[in-house]
Amino acid sequence: MATATAQVRADAAKVRAAEVSPMRRWAPLIGVGLIVLYCLAPFYWMVVSAFRRPADQFSNALIPRPFSLQNFKDVFSANNGFQRGLLNSLIVAGSVTILTLVIGMIAAYTLARLDFRGKNLVLAIIITTSMFPGISLVVPLLKLFINIHWINTYQAMIVPSLSFALPLAVWNLTAFFRQMPQELEQAAMVDGCTPAQAFRKVILPLAAPGVFTTAIITFIAAWNEFLIALSMTNKKSIQTANVIISQFTGTTGRDQPFGSQMAAGVVVTIPLVIAVLLFQRRIVAGLTAGGVK
Amino acid sequence: MTATAPVAERPAKEPKQSKRPQRFNEGTGRLAAILLSPTLLVLGLVVVFPIIMALRESLFTSGTKLDANGFIVKGSTFVGLQNYTDIFKGDTGHRFWNAAFNTTFFTVVCVVLETILGVAMALIMHKAFKGRGVVRASILVPWAIPTVVSALLWKWIFQADGIANTLLGTQILWSTEGWQSKASVIIADTWKTAPFIGLLVLAGLQTIPAEVYEAAKVDGASVWKTFTRITLPLVKPALLVAVLFRILDTLRIFDLPFVLVGAHKDSVETLSMLAYDEAFNTRYGPAAAYATLLFIYVAVVAYAFVKILGADVIGEARAKKPGGGGKAKKRRATAPEISAAAATNTGMGA
Repeated sequence: MATATAQVRADAAKVRAAEVSPMRRWAPLIGVGLIVLYCLAPFYWMVVSAFRRPADQFSNALIPRPFSLQNFKDVFSANNGFQRGLLNSLIVAGSVTILTLVIGMIAAYTLARLDFRGKNLVLAIIITTSMFPGISLVVPLLKLFINIHWINTYQAMIVPSLSFALPLAVWNLTAFFRQMPQELEQAAMVDGCTPAQAFRKVILPLAAPGVFTTAIITFIAAWNEFLIALSMTNKKSIQTANVIISQFTGTTGRDQPFGSQMAAGVVVTIPLVIAVLLFQRRIVAGLTAGGVK
Repeated sequence: MTATAPVAERPAKEPKQSKRPQRFNEGTGRLAAILLSPTLLVLGLVVVFPIIMALRESLFTSGTKLDANGFIVKGSTFVGLQNYTDIFKGDTGHRFWNAAFNTTFFTVVCVVLETILGVAMALIMHKAFKGRGVVRASILVPWAIPTVVSALLWKWIFQADGIANTLLGTQILWSTEGWQSKASVIIADTWKTAPFIGLLVLAGLQTIPAEVYEAAKVDGASVWKTFTRITLPLVKPALLVAVLFRILDTLRIFDLPFVLVGAHKDSVETLSMLAYDEAFNTRYGPAAAYATLLFIYVAVVAYAFVKILGADVIGEARAKKPGGGGKAKKRRATAPEISAAAATNTGMGA
């Protein structure tokens, strides 16, 4: 029996060895090349366009020559209010992230550790709320915020953003907490910790990577938000970078200042791309924890 | 001490296991309620409450108008279902059905394209051993770019004398009304989200044990057969969840057509844009009616998807009913999955 399996395995190995033709060896690599090209080519075009001189805006050369930072200077010129927009984005996305983590962590830990009736219902409710279309929240909230004079305030952007950020964070954190062995708290409690202490002193430090990943994912989601920020503001000084970029106006009438828009896009995107490059493994783990079991 | 219990001692652990849930059940319900209340309260305030408010709002009309006696009426007036019936009438009706068609069209085309491309990407990444780190980093780039920025980027690419026309050798005015502006939205959306589906499917692929494929090979299954009979059924749970999220996401699409093509364009106006436009012009009643209709549409699609295809959205997070030691068993059952996932994550680090 054992020899038979060994025989089969050897045969299989032989078959496999015979099959590794050059085509088979190179196909995945070509595929990988295509994927990288697919993902990065448009992004590359944005970067290249940003570094052209405004006069060369419509040049389709693959490398910007002469190289110029003029577009970036234009973006940060005073009348755009772009710096302020970046700061606003940072305030809104940062507040959303912190609020979400503080509130969501407790819920996630509860969902990961406690057994109680209606747990499935709570999970279903949380995941369902993240599926609601943003506009059906924005329309009624817009009228409410007008009545209570919240238009053009940070809270008018932060509070509605919790609607998508909180389910996302709870979902990710639950997955992370669940991966930690329950024995950790038990050992802590044997040593005399209360459950709350066990959570604070043992689980939280160990869950730090998971919390950090969730923070990045939530921050990116909040940073990229557009509909709420667009609806709840009409003053430039309070608008987020995304809204400001979408409303850049050219110096010459109907012309779209694509050069400076691309430069602004690069400025807004680069921090995210750097974060993605640094923490890619964690982010992938976090994203897939939400979607895949 | 339970952590270090050797395998041989396992039967002796039984009484301990039945004790554990007991301890966790003492007042757990109340504790859980207290701990969950902040989250549920916030979600209630920012999600459930607005939805109900929108429903109420959609039954009112605001603004100045004359009542039956010729008096000027200001503020909100109750109009019952008039906002809804108005939606389906005349020009508004045409605009609504057009937006509903666009929303559905974008959703179907985008999700189909993204799923096919995403699965293809996942298969390639699964096969590739070299360049995994590079491919994973680059696949996250479209995901990380804000939709607004990607919309502007594609608007730039699709300029009359932009790179798209140069490469294609065409002179299409992409941003004008017609099929081309629809196509530009679909291309931009697919570019941004197909890699994301690829990522989720890849995670699903990596949980399939290699033995299954070996067995198929020994049995002489063709590549296509292996794909349709093994790969697809086994990644189906991951794929269904990814597709469901993409469907719901595309049904509420707003940023991309709004920035890429612009407002008030018949070819790309979606239900979200229509509702936004009404609200922007302070016609809150009709806006709320549109928003409510979109909400119902999304809810029906989500419900049908989960019911018909059995997408298990809660998945592993689903709890066994408390008691009966089910929890201990469940925990053990999921442990290999988790370690497989962990292996996945480290495996990709090459």
